Amino acid sequence: MKYDSHFKYMSLTLIWVWLGIFALLSFLLVLGVSFLEHDATHIVIPKFTWSSYTFLFHPILLKIFGYSFVVAITATASCLLIGYPFAYFLSQIHIRYKSLLMLFLVIPFWTSSLVRSYAVMAILKTKGILNTILLSLGLIHEPLQLLFTNTAVTIGLVYNLLPFMVLPLYANFERLDERLLEAAEDLGASRFMTLYRILIPLTKPGIYAGIMMVFLPSMTLFYIPDLLGGARSVLLGNLIENQFLFANNWPVGSAISVLLTFVMGVMLLVYWRNSQRSDNKQQVLL
Amino acid sequence: MAQNIVEIKNASKSFADQEILRDISLEVRQGEFLTLLGPSGCGKTTLLRLISGFEHPTTGQVFIDGKDMVDTAPPLRHVNTVFQSYALFPHMTVYENVAFGLECHHVPKGEIPERVMAALAMVKLEKYSQRKPKQLSGGQQQRVAIARAVVNEPLVLLLDEPLSSLDYRLRKDMQLELKQLQRKLGIAFIFVTHDQEEALSMSDRVVVMEEGSVQQVGTPREVYEEPVNLTVAKFIGETNIFDTEVVSLFEDQILVSIEEEKHTYLNKGGFALGQKVHVVVRPEDIRVWDQEKVKHESNMIAGVVEEVIYKGTTMDLRVRLKSGKWVATTEFFDEDDPKLEYHIGQKVWLQWMPGWEVILPYEV
Repeated sequence: MKYDSHFKYMSLTLIWVWLGIFALLSFLLVLGVSFLEHDATHIVIPKFTWSSYTFLFHPILLKIFGYSFVVAITATASCLLIGYPFAYFLSQIHIRYKSLLMLFLVIPFWTSSLVRSYAVMAILKTKGILNTILLSLGLIHEPLQLLFTNTAVTIGLVYNLLPFMVLPLYANFERLDERLLEAAEDLGASRFMTLYRILIPLTKPGIYAGIMMVFLPSMTLFYIPDLLGGARSVLLGNLIENQFLFANNWPVGSAISVLLTFVMGVMLLVYWRNSQRSDNKQQVLL
Repeated sequence: MAQNIVEIKNASKSFADQEILRDISLEVRQGEFLTLLGPSGCGKTTLLRLISGFEHPTTGQVFIDGKDMVDTAPPLRHVNTVFQSYALFPHMTVYENVAFGLECHHVPKGEIPERVMAALAMVKLEKYSQRKPKQLSGGQQQRVAIARAVVNEPLVLLLDEPLSSLDYRLRKDMQLELKQLQRKLGIAFIFVTHDQEEALSMSDRVVVMEEGSVQQVGTPREVYEEPVNLTVAKFIGETNIFDTEVVSLFEDQILVSIEEEKHTYLNKGGFALGQKVHVVVRPEDIRVWDQEKVKHESNMIAGVVEEVIYKGTTMDLRVRLKSGKWVATTEFFDEDDPKLEYHIGQKVWLQWMPGWEVILPYEV
């Protein structure tokens, strides 16, 4: 008993210390830097200013924000459209094939995602695998310009983030009572009706969780737009990278990071409030 | 027009290599309360699913209202099911649950509220229409499931062990309510249960199933009083079974030996000389006499009381016979026997009215 509680406190303390140093403290540093001045010769000058934040409203930056949102939303929607049927299928098939398919889904995790992004480049480039196949099939007459476009960035994001959509959805489908679908069918529901009125409402938690897991990284995975989007494609993730590494403008980079953290915080809050409400409801019901 | 609302012709069902149903033929009449009774794993739920359309027979046919259902998917069959676990939609209110079927069938919007409330009134749940299923007790959820099914005015209502998760008292009440509801609606109910008491008390006809085939179809009285084989006799009610053989045969009577006593019975089963038979007697058909007060007559069997169980309305005994076999008896308190006092070790005679026994061909 005593040993247990010691162990509990130790592991909890370890987690808190870890999070305190590497999450809270580093965020506070970023927050601090975002309010400091900057010039060509100094990374930061210890004087308070709002200028980094007013710079965020510069038309070019607003355009990049908008762009990032569109790409992130497209990637998330694509992941949902592909991942939802996939997760459902995965939950339905025989247990023997289930573990095999799960393995296929997880194998890419064991390879560096940077390497995998280069693989996507090899597929999409002008003389790449995809164009070669399409040309030899006679579907197109000249190679498609896919690489270094936002389409390529979206494809790269979907490819990298699909498992994060599938896993929470799969967990949700696994918990679903099959008999509810049978009951709907018994009551005369068409397939569409069953999907729209029963399946989707009952898998909402999985859908929300999947969206959170895909949307947030979509905006910050900087190497994907770097590699697949080329020089013209500047999204929030690589914008921050540029500010820190190339422009040496730490305050602006920090301000963008703080803004992004704020947006994510709001999203998490909405998600948390939602799940909290349904939890409360369930507690009342029980 | 068709008198039989459901007809099943020579249906068999196999999953992988396992035969679940074997050559089932069954007719369900318009407006009757039919029960599929059998131990778990006897295929009764699978048979129900052949009718609802969730399973297809490997061979044979299913007709509903005279039409072959081979290509008809569950949503298009005019049958509804009350599922064992109710399967209420947890994200919908009681009202929405009941309205769902009507919406699926494109019932005019104006008609829906009235029909939903009428169905809820029928199961006395009007007040709970805005609750979620989880806010209701087991019995209330059960009623919602029934309302959700009957609101669609099915030709047949299928009930898959709907009372099995309710406690004893509630189950008794729901049995009565279901029976009343069935009379009011006038539609056929096909009710699956493994509880023989439930089957006997509710049904117009009982289908006794065992290992994938129908053993007997009949009124509760028929299956109880005239079981066609040992399986039915054993499954429904308590039985005492004596294994013996026909010793001699004259005119319409047979002579068998039970506990070294000669017994003469009517030869209802057309048994032959030397044929091995089972003589089956229900505990409540046996009378018990004190050996000190009553003289030995023919057709009496001697025994010693081994256990006395007072049950309120009845006095149950376990009597050990000379051969070592024991017999269960049940006697009712009535004006002839207001006391029914027995003690362990008492020597008694057992006797039953000739003709109350059932004689069945020998089964291994």
